[in-house]
Amino acid sequence: MVAVTSLGETPLAGPAARGPQGMQRSRLRRLNAFRYVVFTLFGLFIALPLLALARFSLEGSKLGTWSVAAWTQIVSYPGLASAVELTLELAVITSLAMLALLLPTMIWIKLRVQWMSRIFEFLCLLPLTIPAIALVVGLGPVYNRIQHYSLSALQLFWVYVILALPYAYRALSSGLDALDAVTLAEAARSLGANWFTVMFRVIAPNMRQAILNSVLLTGALVLGEYTIAYLLLFNTLQPTLYSISRNTPNAGVVFSTSLASLLFAFALLIIVSYAGRRRRRG
Amino acid sequence: MTVAATTTEAGARPSRAGRRLRAPAWLGTLPFLGYVGVFLLWPTGILVVDAFKNPSGSWNFGGVSTLFGPVVRGYFIGSFKLCLISAVAGAVFGALVAYAVASGKPDGAVRRFALAGSGVLAQFGGVTLAFAFQALIGPVGLLFHPSWYYSFPWGIALIYIYFQVPLMVLVFLPAIDGLKLQWREASESLGSSTWQYWRYVGGPLLAPAFFGAALLLFANALSAFATIEAWENQIAYTVPQEISTSLSSEVGLANVNAADLLAFGMIVMVAVVMTGYALLQRRAARWLR
Repeated sequence: MVAVTSLGETPLAGPAARGPQGMQRSRLRRLNAFRYVVFTLFGLFIALPLLALARFSLEGSKLGTWSVAAWTQIVSYPGLASAVELTLELAVITSLAMLALLLPTMIWIKLRVQWMSRIFEFLCLLPLTIPAIALVVGLGPVYNRIQHYSLSALQLFWVYVILALPYAYRALSSGLDALDAVTLAEAARSLGANWFTVMFRVIAPNMRQAILNSVLLTGALVLGEYTIAYLLLFNTLQPTLYSISRNTPNAGVVFSTSLASLLFAFALLIIVSYAGRRRRRG
Repeated sequence: MTVAATTTEAGARPSRAGRRLRAPAWLGTLPFLGYVGVFLLWPTGILVVDAFKNPSGSWNFGGVSTLFGPVVRGYFIGSFKLCLISAVAGAVFGALVAYAVASGKPDGAVRRFALAGSGVLAQFGGVTLAFAFQALIGPVGLLFHPSWYYSFPWGIALIYIYFQVPLMVLVFLPAIDGLKLQWREASESLGSSTWQYWRYVGGPLLAPAFFGAALLLFANALSAFATIEAWENQIAYTVPQEISTSLSSEVGLANVNAADLLAFGMIVMVAVVMTGYALLQRRAARWLR
């Protein structure tokens, strides 16, 4: 994937392109050769398994024949469509909950409670040190309590927000650090804005790209999450794919759905990265 | 900018003169703290406490010794091997890719695709990945059918590298972007070769960030579970697999808190690694501002 696009682009003068003077010619040539080699290897390594996935998803009933049956089966395979739907819903809910929880807190800490920023960062990155499989061991009792009140698989979003914290935090904090939030807030306050206005109408619109990124990373995480859903016995996309593959070896639908979900997430991330750029220029 | 428009629109309220009692500002973070407390700290607390208890509920610190028994030690060693191989290979390869990406146009299509792709692929380990490799080099795969595909740790390490490299690109790219062009120019104007630049300037500058990122990769591989489970679910090689087994077959086991103990051991292991990561990051941050 990457290799293909890199060939289409004109070779570039590396970091020196930013500065006024160019690089020595020989070094430039070596750098470009290095880039082509690395991108080709990396591209092959990344693309080959995906191509294999694509080929298997198009396998006909007889070995070596082609058919789109596996792709049309995505909607009709028992249990699969509902799992896809559930996972997409979870992705949306988790993203919204993550934003509602993280964004105001983050801006607030940046503006008013700066002494908490280290603790906050620590808490946000903490889930990286607690593996999902370990978390699930302790989560059993917590979830048992929640399930007293109401129950659907959508409840998974509570813990998915925790899993997404480190990634969302990174994305949001890079956006927040890139703008002078304190000055913006002071300007807005001196013009009489209340804190709500400062947060949601002054600062948040200025970090649109970071917000989009955090939402997308969260969505990608939910689409690919397996451990917790599997061990708490919820039938989201990944556990369903897993059980289909266990029950029917080489079921084409497993490969087509896997590829479809990957492409879906990739397309979203590309769209977001372009959308964000245009907005900044406009 | 939108700022001016929105603030005037909001109306110039005559400031906060009327307010007397003001709640301390940190109260605003309570929702977040509460959430993290309930869904992260509480479960972890339960797990740590249960690791030191009997099934009957009384304290039992002797259970920890099972962590050092030969069987359990085998799982930890298995995890360690797999993580080490995949982290080292992923870090080296990923660093090269990150440098190749960083030396391109800052706003170019290559960078855009590489970053978006890495974002997806680093997250998308999971079951999908095991299927992809099964389709490529599995027993009935497309290309070759290497005999080591189902061997531990090499077969699974190759699959792990697939998500380790993109993660390395994501984590290491900012460090490479932080290398200032002036440093290179300065060393060149002093007559250094490319090798000398990397040996005496670039290398030492990037080293803390590199090892820090490698540690992050190690922790990442340690907590990966879905991929290895989809790759081979009959034999447990690593700690996460064994936790899953003891969770789902808890009823018949004599030692029902086995899962708690294993999970506790894992957290300790990751905590050690991540502390190292934090220390190295702090050192790396000195230069990369």
